[in-house]
Amino acid sequence: MTTLDAPQTDRPAGVIHDIGYQRYDGARLGRRHLVGALYLHSLRTAFGLGRTIKAKIFPWLIVGVVGMIAAVLTAIRAQTGEAALGYAEFPEMLSVLIIFFTAIVAPELASRDLHSGVLPLYFARPLHRSDYALVKLAALTSATFLLLGVPLTVMFAGAAFMVDGIGAVWDELGDFLPALGYVAVHAIVYSVLALLVASLVRRRAVAAGAIVGAFLLTSPVVVVLSVLPYEAASQLGGLASPVTLVSGIGDWAFERSGEVGVGPYGPLYGLVALGLVVAGALLLLARYRKVAAK
Amino acid sequence: MCLRPYPGTVTLIATQSLTKTYGNRVTALSDLTVTVEPGIVGLVGANGAGKSTFIKIMLGLLEPTGGEARVLGLDPTVDGHQVRARVGYMPEHDCLPPDLSAAEFVTHMGRMSGLPKTTARERASETLRHVGLYEERYRQVGGYSTGMKQRVKLAQALVHDPDLLLLDEPTNGLDPAGRDAMLGLIERIGTEFGISVLVCSHLLGEVERICDALVAIEGGRLLRSAQLSDMTAVTEVLSVEVSEGTDELAARLAAVGLPVRRDNRLLLVPVLDPDSAGVGAGDSALDKTYDLILAAVAELDLPLHRLDQRRHRVVELFATDPARVSESTGAGTALEGAR
Repeated sequence: MTTLDAPQTDRPAGVIHDIGYQRYDGARLGRRHLVGALYLHSLRTAFGLGRTIKAKIFPWLIVGVVGMIAAVLTAIRAQTGEAALGYAEFPEMLSVLIIFFTAIVAPELASRDLHSGVLPLYFARPLHRSDYALVKLAALTSATFLLLGVPLTVMFAGAAFMVDGIGAVWDELGDFLPALGYVAVHAIVYSVLALLVASLVRRRAVAAGAIVGAFLLTSPVVVVLSVLPYEAASQLGGLASPVTLVSGIGDWAFERSGEVGVGPYGPLYGLVALGLVVAGALLLLARYRKVAAK
Repeated sequence: MCLRPYPGTVTLIATQSLTKTYGNRVTALSDLTVTVEPGIVGLVGANGAGKSTFIKIMLGLLEPTGGEARVLGLDPTVDGHQVRARVGYMPEHDCLPPDLSAAEFVTHMGRMSGLPKTTARERASETLRHVGLYEERYRQVGGYSTGMKQRVKLAQALVHDPDLLLLDEPTNGLDPAGRDAMLGLIERIGTEFGISVLVCSHLLGEVERICDALVAIEGGRLLRSAQLSDMTAVTEVLSVEVSEGTDELAARLAAVGLPVRRDNRLLLVPVLDPDSAGVGAGDSALDKTYDLILAAVAELDLPLHRLDQRRHRVVELFATDPARVSESTGAGTALEGAR
């Protein structure tokens, strides 16, 4: 290509726009690459990375609060030698913060693309619509998992240095790993619901309100059911709200205390949560099939 | 009837009885059969004529109710992903996230078309430069002017080096200077970059300047489809546009013996007959006509916006009776004969 290169070298730097257009015949990567790139982009978006300070404030505020709580708990443990809070109770105690976090991040991931009209650009590319929806869900779930999992890991690391003997570390690990699983359950259930709501609302502020509403709307039902004089009603009442639904799973599978009191219905809580996640994901897919056609 | 991919010469777009109805009531496209060869193609029709629906079917985003479509030899309803990998789409509406920089956004869109990370970044800045965005590409898109936003929209459609660009009303919301710049850019993409372009517009006068072929639709039906390659020669008509005082200028030109015709804001002046009086031996008839017009403008002290030789009046070509539809060859010869 010497004939093409020669005139360009003589050119003064000022006429940069005269460089001819270059066709691209290099690699065009496939579906896995697209999914990976969109996932990373969405995960960064969740924490406001690569964006303005304004987009960083709210997610990092919550990250800060969660981190502070973890630090305080670790410090208390270092002082007293007693764990103030079990690992599995950590995500449960922070459920309000998880709601806020998903209410902030889900609209950034879903409503923002709807509102700015960027969605048709995605769907005019080789990206599959279902991949888009599932990647967004995966990104929100991962972000929520990181929000809780990282502080929890820090707490575990702190504890591992404090306890005596390798046997005690193994005991800690035995508590810590199920708690991570419990964090994952929190992340997926909260994310499905939040993202589904966000995918239906174009305005971010409205979506955030709607998400908080979706989580809190049914909690009075749980309260009413729990004060009824029937044991089964209070044991099943937790199913009515996503927050108590997840706590119920914790009581059944991850905790020894069992303060919600699900009685023998633990597996039902698990099934309902699974059903909620599957139904939510299917609705999300249906939503993006429809929105793409517009 | 079945449409096969075309060996040898690739037909850009071919449709056969393409029909799209929404529900049972609204017919967006009706029995549209058209073949488009590579080059810059104008898709012209009023708002609601079915242009956007046409584009969405070409992208495989909508499924036609009936008929068939081929884009670059592929069926978009079956091989949608393959089509979308080779096509760039610039929508009519706003589609830019305001809180990203143009560089970042176009890079991301490049990656979404399958470009590797570093390539996407390089091509994003290259493409943004080609559409005329330099240092401002690091600023947030939210602060851009409409003209700059349109350029970013074009850049994201171009970043992955498509074989075909689908542009939906690319000059929407632009001022006259911005429109000219955008049209110039599209013309460069079609000629210098070697990328075929389908430009949708409701303004025929606008796209006719840059197109090799025109497809006019109305109410979802094909009105006319014509190759303009044999009509690109400039006509013996000069068009004049002044920002104000159009009427005065028309009167003035008539007074100096130029038969002026009015077309909206444009004045159309036929070039003087070379044999007529007033054309000196030294000048050509064209130069003399230019001189007369410029003198008239100068005397009246009017702000001259444009003075150029126009191509054939495609508007007239397309304004013919809809009954005499789609004689692609007939259109060319009719005009040749009129000369």
